[in-house]
Amino acid sequence: MLMRRSTRVIFHVLIILCIVTISLPVLITIVISTQSPAEVYTSPPRIIPSNHLSNYVAAWNSVTLGRLLLNSFIISIGVTVGKILLSLLAAFAFTHFEFRGKNILFFIVLITLLLPIPVRIVALFQVVSAMHWIDTYFGLILPFLASATGVFLLVQRFRMVPVELLDAAKMDGVGPMRYLVSILVPLSASSIGALTVIEFIYVWNQYLWPLMATNTDQMRVVQIGIKMMIQAEAMNNWGVIMAGVVMTMIPPLVVFYLMQESFMKGFALASEK
Amino acid sequence: MQSYFKNRWLPYLLLLPTFIVLFVFLFYPAAETFRLSLYRVQAFGLRQKFAGFGNFVSLFHHPDYVASFLLSLLFSACVVVIGLFISLLIALLLNQKLKGIRIYRSLLLWPYAFSPAIAGAVFGFLFSPANGFVTSLFASMFGVSPKWLTDSHLAFGVVTAAAVWKNLGYNIIFYLAGLQQVQQEAVESASIDGAGPARRFWYITFPLLSPTTFFLLIMNIIYSYFGSFGLVDVLTQGGPANGTNILIYQLYRDFFVNSVTGLAAAESVILFVLVVVLMMIQFRTTGRRVYYQ
Repeated sequence: MLMRRSTRVIFHVLIILCIVTISLPVLITIVISTQSPAEVYTSPPRIIPSNHLSNYVAAWNSVTLGRLLLNSFIISIGVTVGKILLSLLAAFAFTHFEFRGKNILFFIVLITLLLPIPVRIVALFQVVSAMHWIDTYFGLILPFLASATGVFLLVQRFRMVPVELLDAAKMDGVGPMRYLVSILVPLSASSIGALTVIEFIYVWNQYLWPLMATNTDQMRVVQIGIKMMIQAEAMNNWGVIMAGVVMTMIPPLVVFYLMQESFMKGFALASEK
Repeated sequence: MQSYFKNRWLPYLLLLPTFIVLFVFLFYPAAETFRLSLYRVQAFGLRQKFAGFGNFVSLFHHPDYVASFLLSLLFSACVVVIGLFISLLIALLLNQKLKGIRIYRSLLLWPYAFSPAIAGAVFGFLFSPANGFVTSLFASMFGVSPKWLTDSHLAFGVVTAAAVWKNLGYNIIFYLAGLQQVQQEAVESASIDGAGPARRFWYITFPLLSPTTFFLLIMNIIYSYFGSFGLVDVLTQGGPANGTNILIYQLYRDFFVNSVTGLAAAESVILFVLVVVLMMIQFRTTGRRVYYQ
């Protein structure tokens, strides 16, 4: 299908308009993070970057941002790695073995989709309290290690691997665990990449559970830090708050763009029937 | 797949870690939440007294809770309908064969990495009464300064806009992936028959896209009920005058601030039932017409 020249121009203009509108709040955030309070409070507002980079230092110091970022990293990486490992094992069991109760067990994994955190938060808090895991990394990581998403994505991927590979491996006397590690895992690289992006960003951006499961500033995560910063700056020194927001946003964006290729590929695979 | 490894106990061993986590952190807490919803629990959980449906009855006799319930329904409807509509339009644009489309695409996907708390802080600045960008823009362009965050209706609008904005990246990615699945041939054969772009979209692309729409409806309902907590907590804390006090925020308040455990458990159960019912309605209306390849 060929488009007329005028149609093409209209499409370009529309897309650029969309990009600008959607990105504008973030661009403003970045600009404000470089302005001094006096510049932020000029009227009409000036959306020109300035050189007041001490905002970043102030944001770093106002709520021990370094510690909050470290906590978020530990939790996000811990959950992402743990979840992928558990999902690999479970998906392998569901696709490469025959055993009693397979369908029921798969169904049990499936219905967890109906139990998002808020549905069980009251008792989850009690369980984690009873284990004395409030304010620990255990309490922030372990409840998230199992999920349907990872198992489904990998089951779908594993099912697409040609049966001949498995037959050949069995002929050569390759055991199940070696088959998983040296054949299935490399073949599923883009699904694993997609899962890494999904899980890292999901955990990095979590708010409600980390708010409830921690009670000292030492164990808070960076999302809560944003609110702490707003309170510390009395909703006033927006340059500092926006500097904190920019620093909070960078890690998920880096993960997203580093793995964009495999994310999109893994995605396309996931939606194939 | 026809071929399997033969091993009696290995599959169970492989599933064990997943099922331990599922039972300790998912099924047991969910069941326990259902049980607690039928009890009055004293502060610090020392004594429990069976109350039947007492918690549910007192919730629905409380005007604040009823208001929060209705507010959540409205909030969810707005976030889902507006969000999906905008995302589909943008995904359609991004699906055109244009020069530089790959760059455009990667510039529109990055909102995927935004968090509710970030959306809250950013919109908090844009609409801040002292010198927010939108506030000043209104003042200099129209000479009015609406009380964006202190009027409960306007604050509801700001929270809704922030919630929609935050989820655009996610929705666009799924719609784009869905559009790329839709067979080009079907679309092209219709254009030969002389159907215009609007008819082509409505009669061919949109029905073919229905599995994606269906999936996104469910994910966005869950997002609007549960995922918006951080946004509300950063931006308005449920105020002003409970104008943004959606159910999840009320639940947090009752459990964590007011420590009425039984009531909070009942609120969890109501949220669960609500989301399941909405999903079932979806499934009966849209789900039936979903076009499966």
